[in-house]
Amino acid sequence: MDWMQIVSALALGLFVVFLFPTAINMMKNSPKGSAADWQSVIVPMVIIILFIMFLIQLV
Amino acid sequence: MNRSFTTVSQSSTSALATNKVLRNTYMLLSLTLLFSGLTAGLSMFLNMPPMTYMISVIGGMVLAMFVLPRFAHSSAGIGIVFLITGLLGFGLGPMLTMYASLPNGGNIITLSLGGTGVIFLGLSAYALATRKDFSFMGGFLVVGFLLVLIAAIANIFLQIPAMSLAISSVVILIMSGFILYDTSRIIHGGEDNYVLATIGLYMTIFNIFISLLQILGIMGKDD
Repeated sequence: MDWMQIVSALALGLFVVFLFPTAINMMKNSPKGSAADWQSVIVPMVIIILFIMFLIQLV
Repeated sequence: MNRSFTTVSQSSTSALATNKVLRNTYMLLSLTLLFSGLTAGLSMFLNMPPMTYMISVIGGMVLAMFVLPRFAHSSAGIGIVFLITGLLGFGLGPMLTMYASLPNGGNIITLSLGGTGVIFLGLSAYALATRKDFSFMGGFLVVGFLLVLIAAIANIFLQIPAMSLAISSVVILIMSGFILYDTSRIIHGGEDNYVLATIGLYMTIFNIFISLLQILGIMGKDD
């Protein structure tokens, strides 16, 4: 196994550990979105997916 | 009457402060992106080895997580932002050299760069035009990002191209969500420090660019 893979995995693992308390805190304290709120996010995300598919066609 | 004047005055002061944060953020973001481009070019010119990417990203993340928050409210923070973005740009050099050596590498790099610009500008314009509060996405985005990181760790050892493709696709969607979330935080006064706002938006652009490079690189190999 390449030493770069081990170092990358360790660095990502440490990043997960440091990010975990923030994630828990944000999960507890984030306001809850309504169905209309999520719909306002889903529409641009679908457009992005279609845009990426368009970029793939251009390669 | 006096109270309503005070309220109007306070809200206009708040709007001015928000506009100032937004303007400073976009100005610093533009400069850091240019600086990253320069350091990436330098790294390509020096023909740096592939390990440069890993070292630069680890160095950039350590600076962003532990050093920048301490200096974000002083002028030193701007210098640290340039150090982080310069380092990340320098790390991109070997990756860009590798993609440039592919048969349609120039096309892949140009499309990734253009695609990243379109996604960022489109989502920023959407958040600015609707002025919607996207703070409800915070928990979902951070947990999603954590799960993607865990999947990325697994794929370092598994080396499955389809999983790599799936991870890159999800990263683009999560980073797109972060653009809406971060921009909305600036608009609604949740982020009043343009140094921290800049590094947040820079990281989203950096991750979208890397992920698009990977997706287009993998899909481009089919020809």
